[in-house]
Amino acid sequence: MMFVFALFFLLPLVLVIIVSAWDYNEYQMLPAFSFRGYTDTFEGCIAELPNLCTILKTYLKTVKLCLITWLLTLVIGFTVAYFLAFHVRTKTWQIVLSLLCTIPFWTSNVIRMIAWIPLLGRNGLVNKGLMGIGVINHPLEWLLFSEFSVVLALVHLFTFFMVVPIFNSMVRIDKRLIEAAYDAGATGWQTLTNVVIPLSKPGIVIGSIFVITIVMGDFVTIGVMGGQQIASAGKIIESRLNALQFPAAAANAVILLGITILIISALTRIVDVRKEL
Amino acid sequence: MGDKRPRSFYILAAFFIAYVLFLYGPMFAIYILSFQGPDGGLTFPMNGVSLTWFGKVFSGAGIVDIGAAFKRSLKLGLVVMVLTVLLSVAAGMAFRRSFRGASILFYTAIASLIMPSIITSLGIALEFRLFDDFLIQHGANGGLGAWAKDWTTAMGLFTSGLGAHLTWTLPFGLLIMFAIFNRFDGRLEEAARDLGATPWQTFRHVVLPIILPSVVGIGLFGFTLSWDELARSSQAIGSVNTLPLELQGLTTTVTKPDIYALGTLTSAVSFLVIAIALAVILILQARQRRHGSDAGQGMM
Repeated sequence: MMFVFALFFLLPLVLVIIVSAWDYNEYQMLPAFSFRGYTDTFEGCIAELPNLCTILKTYLKTVKLCLITWLLTLVIGFTVAYFLAFHVRTKTWQIVLSLLCTIPFWTSNVIRMIAWIPLLGRNGLVNKGLMGIGVINHPLEWLLFSEFSVVLALVHLFTFFMVVPIFNSMVRIDKRLIEAAYDAGATGWQTLTNVVIPLSKPGIVIGSIFVITIVMGDFVTIGVMGGQQIASAGKIIESRLNALQFPAAAANAVILLGITILIISALTRIVDVRKEL
Repeated sequence: MGDKRPRSFYILAAFFIAYVLFLYGPMFAIYILSFQGPDGGLTFPMNGVSLTWFGKVFSGAGIVDIGAAFKRSLKLGLVVMVLTVLLSVAAGMAFRRSFRGASILFYTAIASLIMPSIITSLGIALEFRLFDDFLIQHGANGGLGAWAKDWTTAMGLFTSGLGAHLTWTLPFGLLIMFAIFNRFDGRLEEAARDLGATPWQTFRHVVLPIILPSVVGIGLFGFTLSWDELARSSQAIGSVNTLPLELQGLTTTVTKPDIYALGTLTSAVSFLVIAIALAVILILQARQRRHGSDAGQGMM
């Protein structure tokens, strides 16, 4: 297993970092040290200050999409996990309902994305329904191929990654602690904020790491649901690759990696991941 | 179960049902729409019911060679499944004792899992490209002249593509193995050893039967994750495409319901595999209950 990871994960990662500091021309990479991959990426950024250049805007937008998705998946994921862990009483039902949440995860992401088209499109169900009851006169254009649809699809696809670890933490909470909280006179809300949330923190952190890393690097969902019009960190890499500018793609990958590692290390400060498995 | 449920139960249950509808609703929309009549479009209402679009997919009209992509994905998925099961079980067993490099392997697996897919994909593409360049440039000197001259690329479905998929499936397999062995009673193995079983016999007749349902689960993850994998394959698959890649390509060009028909077919394979795997797991668990433990039944 280590061999597989070494060959297909560690070595590629090292190469990305090395190649990011290579020179390149229109059609090939040149193994000579150069920061062109980085400087080309941020071309004109210093000159344009204090206005943000396109590349910085793109990274900021990626972070923004990521934060919105994170918040939504967290709230939905936490609520679903809470229901499964504390309100579903028999083990069998817990398994059945968890499976119900898991099955979509085993099916294709692309299909789950295109599935939104008949609902959100100009002639889609949502627009027709809203026009039918007279809320709007014209079809809403921002429903599909917009940031709204991107976030919707991301939440749709990745809430699962929140539900599982949070549920996993919650089922380990000793139920007597909650009873004790009630006996001591805590309201439901106080029990939630003072007992349940602190004890399910490991799950929340693990789920957050999943969602944030996936969304930061995503280019497929943003591509399909954004109608190939919205830029993101992942899409920069993809378009550099399509232009065969490998060092530039690698440079962007290193930047993305740096941001991701920063976020993860901040999160792992809060909890020791290994202890929780 | 007798006591009355609090009001929060009903609110949360409603929330849960809404979530499940949110999960499944859109999917069922396209399953229904794939049976659209010949004149139907991409959205509701249905314009009659027909199998026209499925016929289009099978005859390949207007769509790139879907049949071939289908077979490629299927083959790759099966190979990934087998390798994921074998490697995960082996690694899972190894992790029960501490060994040198255990924590490095663990952190590598986690890193591989959460690494943005595009970076892994890019890295693998670079790795193979550099290898190709190296071979073409230096192959002639090393006595590989004839070979290097015709060399095009080492990239392909079962080299770089397979590797890319394994970086995604193996961490899941490993985590499932951890979950299994956290609950595994080590005394069972001791008992087997005390009765004179060899390590292999212990594994084959004691450990494996107990963990088998979960191993089937690892296989399920291995196949379905590979079958639907897109981001990691995107740069690393070489000249041919897998089914999800073809499907993604179609989203920008196709304006007819045949894309839904293809989606329905792809999902049908997923659901079939899930159903088979769950059925096998249930059968295995039922057998375990029947044959498994006679503890507490006394001498008969």
